[in-house]
Amino acid sequence: MRVVTAALAIATGIIVLLGYFFPPLEPLRLTLVNWAIAIAGMAVLVGIFNLVAVQMEKIRSRQKGSVYGAVLVISLAATFVFGALVWGPENFYLRLLVVEAIIVPVEAALMAILAVTLIYASIRLLRRRVDVMSVVFLAVALLFLFLVVPTPFGPVPGDQALLQFLGMFSRGGARGLLIGIALGTLLTGLRVLFGVDRPYGGN
Amino acid sequence: MIDLLALGLLVLTAILLLVFTFLRRKSPASLHVIEAYERLNRSVGLAVENGTRLHISLGRGNLLTARGASALAGLAMLRRLAERTSVSDRPPVATSGDASLAFLSQDTLQSGYRAAGAEEQYRFSTGRLTGLTPFSYAAGTVPTIHDENVSTNIILGDLGPESALLTEASDREDANLIAASDNLSAQAVFYASSQEPLIGEELFAAGAYIGAGAAHEASLNVQDILRWLVILGILLGAIWRIMASLGALI
Repeated sequence: MRVVTAALAIATGIIVLLGYFFPPLEPLRLTLVNWAIAIAGMAVLVGIFNLVAVQMEKIRSRQKGSVYGAVLVISLAATFVFGALVWGPENFYLRLLVVEAIIVPVEAALMAILAVTLIYASIRLLRRRVDVMSVVFLAVALLFLFLVVPTPFGPVPGDQALLQFLGMFSRGGARGLLIGIALGTLLTGLRVLFGVDRPYGGN
Repeated sequence: MIDLLALGLLVLTAILLLVFTFLRRKSPASLHVIEAYERLNRSVGLAVENGTRLHISLGRGNLLTARGASALAGLAMLRRLAERTSVSDRPPVATSGDASLAFLSQDTLQSGYRAAGAEEQYRFSTGRLTGLTPFSYAAGTVPTIHDENVSTNIILGDLGPESALLTEASDREDANLIAASDNLSAQAVFYASSQEPLIGEELFAAGAYIGAGAAHEASLNVQDILRWLVILGILLGAIWRIMASLGALI
């Protein structure tokens, strides 16, 4: 069975890949990709069941933090009942209650915590690792911040020229990193295509 | 023209990968030391010995996009780690921010246990979906880091700046942190918050450094060759442009 799974996965991958280069294979490629999208959509629904099952196990075995799990399961059930069965997903009050009153403020709060966390990590960087690159990293980050934040006295003189000058280095570095990542992506894809890595199971 | 070039590059890469895999099976490569992976190998042994847990965060890489490659690299590492820690009292936990990825992590964990002859140790709850948006994923993963006796956090996949919340949680628990991402924002975060940051394509070297097989080592060789080809291409392109500009001036 595992051999069949691998053969199917490899054949599908090769057809989809060749579909980009040979136009006659294009319709087949699109059909296969559409199937994959439909399956991925279904996977979200099953994934939510997984999320609930993990939280229920936490609650049942009275693990640490299980009270948050209970809140999650109750909220999920309430949103599902009101959103899918009672009011409908487009109901104004439901959206106001769930999205505007809970999700947006919570995510905004996390964003604010993230800002503080990043500042804290930057401060600790020199305690963790004192080398030339860390000092350059921190100095450039601070300089960029100084140049882009609004000041009471208006823009810093020459800020655009300096940003453009510094951007030249950061763009070059970013392109170098992205080229490396693209090569890694290519090789990882080929390994899966050859069946060396099998994330879909099997030894 | 571009299609032909891309196809040529693909065929060349495939041939090189096959040739180098064959060569590496005969004589394993000697890899240069990447401190983060050295530390990971030590941490895995320690986690098994002292009965603590490994947490592998696979990020939110959707497998239908190019971002999925980093998730696949994370899964290759998860497979190997599951095999190596199958005798541990506390099995490794994998968290994902994408449903398909969560299922693949469960399947990968099960394969790892099966390969180690310990399939009965596998629990479905060790491969978890913790959230479907960047912040919900981070918020859902932080309790795993805090509450489940985790000694090493391995963050390997597609994440954004929200990864700072995970590195912060790891730091608070005084746990080891090995972190790499294909996302530039996350790489900047990891550079600031981890002891030995993994930058750029080092993410894809994980398999070779944890003994995932000859194909992973061969991938590094092929990456090196392709990198030199890209450098050569960029230099030739720059020289061509300069010559063309000079020709236009003359």
